[in-house]
Amino acid sequence: MDIYRNSIQRYSIAVFSHLMLIVAWHLFVTLGNVPKFVMPSPYATLQALLEPNYRWPENIMVTTIEIFGGYFLAVIGGIGLALLFSWFRIFEMITMPLLVSLNMVPKVALGPLILVWFSYGIGPNIAMAFAISFFPIVLTTARGLQEVEPDLLDLVRSVRGSRWQLFAKIQLPGALPYIFSGMKVAAILAVAGAIVGEFLGSSRGLGYLMLQVQVTLDTAAMFMAVILITLIGMVLYGIVLGLERLLVVRDARI
Amino acid sequence: MSEPFIRLVGVQKVYRVRGAEFPAVSEATFDIEQGELVSLVGPSGCGKTTLLKIIAGLHSYDAGELRIGTQTQPFDPSRDIGMVFQQPLLLKWRRIVDNVLLPAEILGLPLAESRERARDLLRLVGLSGSEEKYPYELSGGMQQRAAIARALVHDPKLILMDEPFGALDALTREKMNLELLRIWQESGKTILFITHGITEAVFLGTRVIVLTAGPARMADNFRVNLPHPRTLDMKTHEAFGEYTRRIYNLLGMN
Ligand SMILES: Nc1ncnc2c1ncn2[C@@H]1O[C@H](COP(=O)(O)OP(=O)(O)O)[C@@H](O)[C@H]1O
Ligand SMILES: [Mg+2]
Repeated sequence: MDIYRNSIQRYSIAVFSHLMLIVAWHLFVTLGNVPKFVMPSPYATLQALLEPNYRWPENIMVTTIEIFGGYFLAVIGGIGLALLFSWFRIFEMITMPLLVSLNMVPKVALGPLILVWFSYGIGPNIAMAFAISFFPIVLTTARGLQEVEPDLLDLVRSVRGSRWQLFAKIQLPGALPYIFSGMKVAAILAVAGAIVGEFLGSSRGLGYLMLQVQVTLDTAAMFMAVILITLIGMVLYGIVLGLERLLVVRDARI
Repeated sequence: MSEPFIRLVGVQKVYRVRGAEFPAVSEATFDIEQGELVSLVGPSGCGKTTLLKIIAGLHSYDAGELRIGTQTQPFDPSRDIGMVFQQPLLLKWRRIVDNVLLPAEILGLPLAESRERARDLLRLVGLSGSEEKYPYELSGGMQQRAAIARALVHDPKLILMDEPFGALDALTREKMNLELLRIWQESGKTILFITHGITEAVFLGTRVIVLTAGPARMADNFRVNLPHPRTLDMKTHEAFGEYTRRIYNLLGMN
């Protein structure tokens, strides 16, 4: 009961501080007579949604697909690769140094190349979101799978547990907190990746729209686009957080 | 006299690390009878853990002979060993009862029966009411009790304990000593108890085996003729003092 009341209290406070920010924004713009092309008011920002030429629903859809698609592939590929590492040591020994170097490549610099490879459209932006969110997931998962107490290993061996049992009962559940910490970092990166992709070359999506309205100095539409991108990111992050709550016991979270 | 449950004759172990040889156990010869609680005492690094792992079948040995089990008490190395370590090593994401179940799960024992047994064992170790809790909700001493229950769940004939109370505070440790004696008497298991605590070794053991440092060499092996059930005030008895003095002398501390 107490915990319940506490969380209601916390959420109310969070909603309140967000509202306060919007009010402060409104006051700043109106009292300061800030020109609309520098900073629109919250109301003007909302009004940008009424402009049919901006095709909001379609652009939101495209950006969402890019972010979620790239992220989903990164999660599958990242966890999969880390599993291969833990099953085949020799594969890890060969591939891991490569991965560490590749991780140092600024993924944004790959943009023009990715365009060449995947041509124009959703494809390269998914690839960009993937490329940027893939590494943290591989690295944290691989690390999590390595963390097995040697004595625990002996305990399993003393009852002749198989490698699969060790993996399924100890390694994988033990790695879950690490996997989720990588997935949370990756969720934020995937959003950045997709938008950078749209900036570099695209004909649809919220990032593309921002470049379009920049020319006409429709700052309100740019604000709206940024807010929508943030909201998409928050939904993704929220899903990951919810999954973590569901799958990881409280004290095991990192 | 009938065959002993465990017989070691001239067991030797040499660790080979990067070409160099480190003798860890130079000569271990002793018998353990069915139902005994034998204390193995010696200074840190003298090879106690190595010897325990040899008996558990986790380490090979280089010379000598090791036999466990008799005609009447056959020994199955895959399911007749229970292990307790210095750390409880409970899985953070499992409830206490599910932690206790781990060896039974690995061995593929019937789950409903094992669960029943796990609950009985938790009662035996004084943890009834904590079955559904997570490890983080338990104190260190309580976690170690759960680890003892886990070592008993598959009904092994031999329990190997490697400094199980070494990480506990002094008072909890005394309490756990009494608990262990009670559990030993109620379960009738054969227990090999490793410790570097001299009083603990005498207080618990039906017999004490003393190892001297590097490489482990048998220095003594004597029966402790103190009545059961043991009580804490026995520690002040003359006979008790003689036993501990005997060990101190062997370890060159007098
Ligand atoms: N896997 C290993 N490889 C090489 N040396 C080891 C290994 N395990 C233990 N040793 C060495 O063997 C000696 C005995 O170790 P151990 O059996 O752990 O002693 P104890 O349990 O009595 O403290 C120590 O000197 C230790 O450094
Ligand atoms: Mg040791």
